[in-house]
Amino acid sequence: MTTVHATVAVVKFPGSLDHDSAVRAAIQAGARATLVHHKDAELPDGTTAVVLPGGFSYGDHLRCGAIASRAPIMAPVMRFAAEGGRVLGICNGFQILCEAGLLPGVLRPNTTLSFICRQVTLTIDDAETGWTGALTSGARLSIPIKNHDGAWFGDPTEGRVVFRYDDTNPTGSLENIAGIANHDGNVLGMMPHPECACDPLVGSDDGRVLFDALIGAVAVGAA
Amino acid sequence: MRTRIVVTVMPRTETLDPQGQAVAGALQQLGFDELGDVRIGKRIVLEIDGDDPVGQAHAMCDRLLVNRLIEDYEVDAG
Repeated sequence: MTTVHATVAVVKFPGSLDHDSAVRAAIQAGARATLVHHKDAELPDGTTAVVLPGGFSYGDHLRCGAIASRAPIMAPVMRFAAEGGRVLGICNGFQILCEAGLLPGVLRPNTTLSFICRQVTLTIDDAETGWTGALTSGARLSIPIKNHDGAWFGDPTEGRVVFRYDDTNPTGSLENIAGIANHDGNVLGMMPHPECACDPLVGSDDGRVLFDALIGAVAVGAA
Repeated sequence: MRTRIVVTVMPRTETLDPQGQAVAGALQQLGFDELGDVRIGKRIVLEIDGDDPVGQAHAMCDRLLVNRLIEDYEVDAG
């Protein structure tokens, strides 16, 4: 494993669920990882990457991710992103990044109006962001989704589509989009949970590449 | 002076409203054959102090209450 000196800040909001899994996945990738409180005014010194984890922050009140996107910690997260720092939003974290304006579009309720928990196959679209390591466009990853509001809607040309659902799109998202990055490529949001696919014991370790990319073991954000 | 402001938020007409569709299906199943479209939004009641409650309400919609990508809103005073 590549030796890296990464410190991953995982932000915990009221209602976050998957922060511990994200911490575990970052540590497994070789990073230090720490939980950060949503009311903090700064990220910890030495932060090299940020994860906004999955869950149901503020009970999805108003709109999913909307209230968390205005939390005090988001000001330093937005500065960190503007400076080119790597930010990964997973599920609710993706919703928060969209509501914060760091990523284009918005996540709407699944067209079936149901909570969907299942393994999905993702196809890599834009492989040039670096988030998928050495994998090339068209490669497939097996990663689970578990959400109610996973239907991405927006203008795909305002970002870079990294993941699409393969054969079946369970959410009803526009153009089968499952994950999208900003134009610079350093901010990625995805509905599937790579932190839940980091060990063959749970059926797949295809998610590990995202955490390798997050901590800089592979290049991210290449133009 | 405290003013009561009612904000009505609706899904934009060009966006899919699966909640409205589900309700429309149920109403038609109940025999309401004359029903056309159903769209479901939300009503937010704000009590605001100061001289410019309507302006404040619009600012609140802009900052948090409404996502203009998928929603439209109206502000009514009183």
